[in-house]
Amino acid sequence: MANRPQPINPITRVSGSAALLFVALLVIGPLIALWLRADTSSTLVSADWAAVRFTLFQATLSASISVILAIPVARALARRTFRGRSVLVTLLGAPFLLPVIVAIFGLLAIWGRSGFVSQIFQSVGAERLNIYGLTGVLLAHVFFNLPLVTRLILQGWGRIPVEHFRLSAQLGLAPKDVFLQLEVPMLRGILPGAFLLVFLLCVTSFAVALTLGGGPKATTVELAIYQALRFEFDLGKAAILGLLQFLICGFIAFWSLRATTPVAFGGGLSTATQRWDVSSKFMLLQDAIVLIAITGFLGAPLIAVIGRGLPALSNLPTAIWPAMLNSLTVALLSAVLSVLLALTLAGFIDSLKVRHNKMSSVIEGIGLLTLAVSPFVLGTGLFIIIHPIADPFALALPVTALVNAAISLPLALRALLPALQHNRLTYGRLTDSLDIQGWARFRLTTWPIIRKPLGFSTGLAAALSMGDLGVITLFAPPDVETLPLIMYRLMGAYRMDEAASVALMLVALTLTLFWLFDRGGRLGHQT
Amino acid sequence: MKRSLLAAALVTIGGATWAETPTLTVYTYDSFVSDWGPGPAIEAAFEETCGCDLAFVGTGDGAALLARLKLEGARTKADVVLGLDTSLIANAKATELFAPHNGTSAELDLPIAWTDNVFLPYDWGYFAFVYDKTQLSNAPTSFAELLESDVSIVIQDPRSSTPGLGLLLWVKEIYGDKAAEVWETLSPRIVTVTKGWSEAYGMFLEGEADMVLSYTTSPAYHLIAEEDGTKAAAIFDEGHYMQIEVAAKVAGTKHPQLADEFLDFMLSDAFQSIIPTTNWMYPAVLPSSGLPDGFISEDGPEKALLISIDNVEPIRKEALSEWLTALSQ
Amino acid sequence: MDIKLENFLVEQTDFSLSADLTIKHGTTAIIGPSGGGKSTLLLAIAGFVDPARGGISIGGNIVTSTPPAKRPVTLLFQEHNLFSHLTVFKNTGLGVRPDLKLSKTQIEQVEDALEKVGLVDMGTRRPSELSGGQRQRVALARALLRDRPVLMLDEPFAALGPALRHEMLDLVARIRQEQNSTLLMVTHNPDDALRIAEHTVLVADGVAQPPQPTVTLLNNPPPALAAYLGK
Repeated sequence: MANRPQPINPITRVSGSAALLFVALLVIGPLIALWLRADTSSTLVSADWAAVRFTLFQATLSASISVILAIPVARALARRTFRGRSVLVTLLGAPFLLPVIVAIFGLLAIWGRSGFVSQIFQSVGAERLNIYGLTGVLLAHVFFNLPLVTRLILQGWGRIPVEHFRLSAQLGLAPKDVFLQLEVPMLRGILPGAFLLVFLLCVTSFAVALTLGGGPKATTVELAIYQALRFEFDLGKAAILGLLQFLICGFIAFWSLRATTPVAFGGGLSTATQRWDVSSKFMLLQDAIVLIAITGFLGAPLIAVIGRGLPALSNLPTAIWPAMLNSLTVALLSAVLSVLLALTLAGFIDSLKVRHNKMSSVIEGIGLLTLAVSPFVLGTGLFIIIHPIADPFALALPVTALVNAAISLPLALRALLPALQHNRLTYGRLTDSLDIQGWARFRLTTWPIIRKPLGFSTGLAAALSMGDLGVITLFAPPDVETLPLIMYRLMGAYRMDEAASVALMLVALTLTLFWLFDRGGRLGHQT
Repeated sequence: MKRSLLAAALVTIGGATWAETPTLTVYTYDSFVSDWGPGPAIEAAFEETCGCDLAFVGTGDGAALLARLKLEGARTKADVVLGLDTSLIANAKATELFAPHNGTSAELDLPIAWTDNVFLPYDWGYFAFVYDKTQLSNAPTSFAELLESDVSIVIQDPRSSTPGLGLLLWVKEIYGDKAAEVWETLSPRIVTVTKGWSEAYGMFLEGEADMVLSYTTSPAYHLIAEEDGTKAAAIFDEGHYMQIEVAAKVAGTKHPQLADEFLDFMLSDAFQSIIPTTNWMYPAVLPSSGLPDGFISEDGPEKALLISIDNVEPIRKEALSEWLTALSQ
Repeated sequence: MDIKLENFLVEQTDFSLSADLTIKHGTTAIIGPSGGGKSTLLLAIAGFVDPARGGISIGGNIVTSTPPAKRPVTLLFQEHNLFSHLTVFKNTGLGVRPDLKLSKTQIEQVEDALEKVGLVDMGTRRPSELSGGQRQRVALARALLRDRPVLMLDEPFAALGPALRHEMLDLVARIRQEQNSTLLMVTHNPDDALRIAEHTVLVADGVAQPPQPTVTLLNNPPPALAAYLGK
């Protein structure tokens, strides 16, 4: 169906180009800044190449496992109705939003050498577990990303028309055939994009690989960058490594975006689809096992985090209150920025779809690539750019908010683009023919359709920013603390119990923030 | 005083035009400035006498501190840098960002003689493996014993943490050319290598390893702050590698006199008596009140190990590549 | 085959449908305001909606708890009757064998069915390459192959123009006669009902009334139907 090309609204074009330029500068600028400040020429040594290999290896494996395991989980959720289903779907949002260090300690409480599972093993006389090494890295990455992929796939299931399931039931299609005829085609469209997302998230993973990797074997490019910046002060090398990481991600992004059909990210499948091909005892048992396993896998570390944090909760330092306010300020500001940026870019991309499809895809790719930028390169590069012209302390708030916004931009973009596209395809002609333009067009036709994904992405951006400790360490004025910073400072002062309590507060606040926005987007939403 | 980020930004943008009292800016590591570190008490004590405003700026850990300074170069706002350690001094001096000190009249209580003309020490400690006496009954009493035992340890990455680097130099100082073999022997005993001290110590407390690389003074924290006497440091016959934490005046400071005053103050009783129970290290000058109870132990390290400041850099590079090779197999 | 609903009740969160009626062999239309429960009635007979109480029998056999595939019924939906990634031939072939492992005779059967609905040489096309009417013809061809005693249509021709719709209705009537099946058809057009249905069931306000002769019902409409027809 060829849409009659509409001239692109000049405001959309100008603001979209500006947003694009800004994102491109944010991605490339710090690399250039590092490169220019480097005083020695650097080359990569074999250890760096080993880091590149390990990064690719673990990211590919993490993404593959997350995607493969997410399929049965999403399938079970899509076809079963049970008490607590909506709680479980909500639980799926939690791991991704946990601050990394909090999640690591939660996982260790279950899978560590003195963890819950090891204790059971020991009580029956078996060896205790040792997850350190590739296993640990994969375990943590799957813990973070499997739920994310599950939610993506779940939406794919939601898009299969219910008539198709009825039709299959009437025709007597066997479960195997329903899978092949209905579910495989849907998965084929969704999985490459999901794989890409997880891959990008795992490439820049740093603390997980370092803490659970068991040693320098598990050195990622991100760690090599950190080392180059912190210990060697080899800015040139950091720039090269940053560029390399960027190119790898760009290549993978290009490859998988070609094979993907965009999925709206952020809507939820609120109810299960009734099915007639899944009533056998065997399948019921299979789904039950999958669902119980996933609940345990995701829930146990969360419970450990809660349990660890409760005892010292009454003993918290008063410094956490201003820190909480700071964290909230940064989180809200970067959420607003992220969504504005994503909305502007998404509008631009969508308006280009009609006549310049290729260019539109390229811009979409650029929007995704902020995920491929090393936060260390980003922070240091910005510092180098800003320090000669302004006081970094004075810019702490805007810079931190901006960087966090840029980092959550890809997720917001993924959520908003399909909604805008759907809006254009469904109502584009109608609004054109009624000559609804400008603000009225946004308010009357766009807003009602995007508010759900908008709420979701605002919540996501706020939550991610809340737990982040990246850029703020370079820019924050001396007497300003955020919750993650307080948590680290407590840990650095032997106060692990209090740190665990701050972690609990951080997690509670993060999830509440996410929930509020996500919920706000759904309230009074009529579709 | 803790401020909100928004208020801080506004104040800084507005500029402190009414600031008639000079501000002395001291860059240090994070745990020094935190509410549980020495920072707040030291700030209050110094401000009582200096007629100035003392501002500590926390910048991550010790290594990050130096990187931050290099990043800012001569434009840095720092007047004093406090918190580098002996393994970073050569590297720091090479930047030529620091100015020589005026000497000190205080008598330093260090296991070694201090001769450096730029950096002055303010506290020190021995690296050691810390364990739980109720969990590990026969802790190794020497490095050699550790190598033969099946005790599990958690250590920090020498590429991202100063204790991690300390262990690297410790092994190198004891074993020299055989360091690579030692790491290979130790490798199966290493549960994991963490980014910083906090993660490793946290994992040890959660029971992930029998011993953690920390300081001989760590048990004192548990004894004094938590009244928990179960933690102990394993004392090794071969001796213990030292960490001496130092401070220096920044060459480009606008307040050279105030900076000198601060360095003097740093070795005074007022400063030094705060260190033991906030930074959990030995003070560089014994305060008149002496050391708190938990710090005094009859069976401390007999031998202090330290590679001379000028030799650290080449040895560090060699040791790091040995370490990487040995643990990557 | 007669279809019998006894003391029958479907309950959903904000909607219910009750019925106590018998639909005789032949052609019966279902008419009534939208949201009244017409589609639900068909979904219940086809086995997609479980009743809160009551039972259904088709041709004297109780099918209340029989799974959809085992009921002697074919139901055509308003849309999404075809799998968009399968060709016309495969979509039709599903009516013979759900796993599409067709023997030579079965392939011929499929081709015959496509010919009967006027889709010769279209077997390799995909649904997206067909017009709305052609898509529903494919669904009819499949219904033909399934050869179930009861054929139910949930307004599959609603989106077609009058001429095309009449053509399709005639095709359906022909198929019904050939297979001697019971035809049940939802419509919102009284002319359609008059055209092929002897009896008509009125579904309004959550109640399915027993069938009446179409002419009688349309000439003396009860208030709910009168309001719907605008009379």
